[in-house]
Amino acid sequence: MLTSAFYFIAFVTVFFAVMVIAAKNPVHSVLYLVLTFFGISANYIFILDAPFVGIVNIIVYAGAIMVLFLFVIMLMNLNAEAEHRKSNAFLIVGAFAGGSLLLIVVDAIRKVDWKSVSGQESSGGAIGSIKVLGKVLYTDYILPFEVASVLFLVAIVGAVILARKEKLPLTVGQISHPVSES
Amino acid sequence: MPNIFQTVPLIHFVYLSALLFCIGVVGVLIRRNAIIIFMSIELMLNSVNLLLVAFSAYRQDPPGQIFVFFIMAVAAAEVAVGLAIIIMIYRNIRTVDINELSRLKG
Repeated sequence: MLTSAFYFIAFVTVFFAVMVIAAKNPVHSVLYLVLTFFGISANYIFILDAPFVGIVNIIVYAGAIMVLFLFVIMLMNLNAEAEHRKSNAFLIVGAFAGGSLLLIVVDAIRKVDWKSVSGQESSGGAIGSIKVLGKVLYTDYILPFEVASVLFLVAIVGAVILARKEKLPLTVGQISHPVSES
Repeated sequence: MPNIFQTVPLIHFVYLSALLFCIGVVGVLIRRNAIIIFMSIELMLNSVNLLLVAFSAYRQDPPGQIFVFFIMAVAAAEVAVGLAIIIMIYRNIRTVDINELSRLKG
């Protein structure tokens, strides 16, 4: 049951991932990517027994990040299919390069001695539960957690500075003597 | 390890992840819209996340899922800054076609 569910979810995920890069309309691409993320999250929650990561994946990726993409696409009115397709030669070369990479990676995976990667028997408690992960996050990984907050602060400031409308630069005279020009 | 690994070998998760990663690479190579290239990069990040969670569940090791959590945090920050850059480029040259961005070559 779970086995066939895994293969079904994997097939659906790969199908939607291919549709992301094949869709002509950027809005369709975003929606297919949301479905891809739902497939990956279903993998986390139902197959791999990691509900916390699965829920966070849905909230952060499918919820926040993809809405950001949709906002930008609709704000700039890019859904009018203005993209000129690359020539067929480019498509073939790109697909060939990607396929070669896949072949190399698959060959490297097959060469690994998977018997030496021993699995650990389940110790009763669910490893992906919020309780276990929260304990690890707030004890062993508390410093990276705090550093991540600084990263977010920098990202907020950077995004606002980059995306705001350019105004005429203020000169020192304008700031210190605002009334002298009137 | 969860029961799933008795029927689905770990290597199939690795194959799925590699396949998703290569789809992302092909997307970066063949598309010209900067936003879709950006989405392909997100796809690659997610394939790596899937690999980390699979190994974490296989080894019953919580830090793997903590890493996924941090990758998501960094990806969210990266998307915010990256989309701001794309908006700025669009304001300046009225397009997000990456072939128009090659003018730095002179």
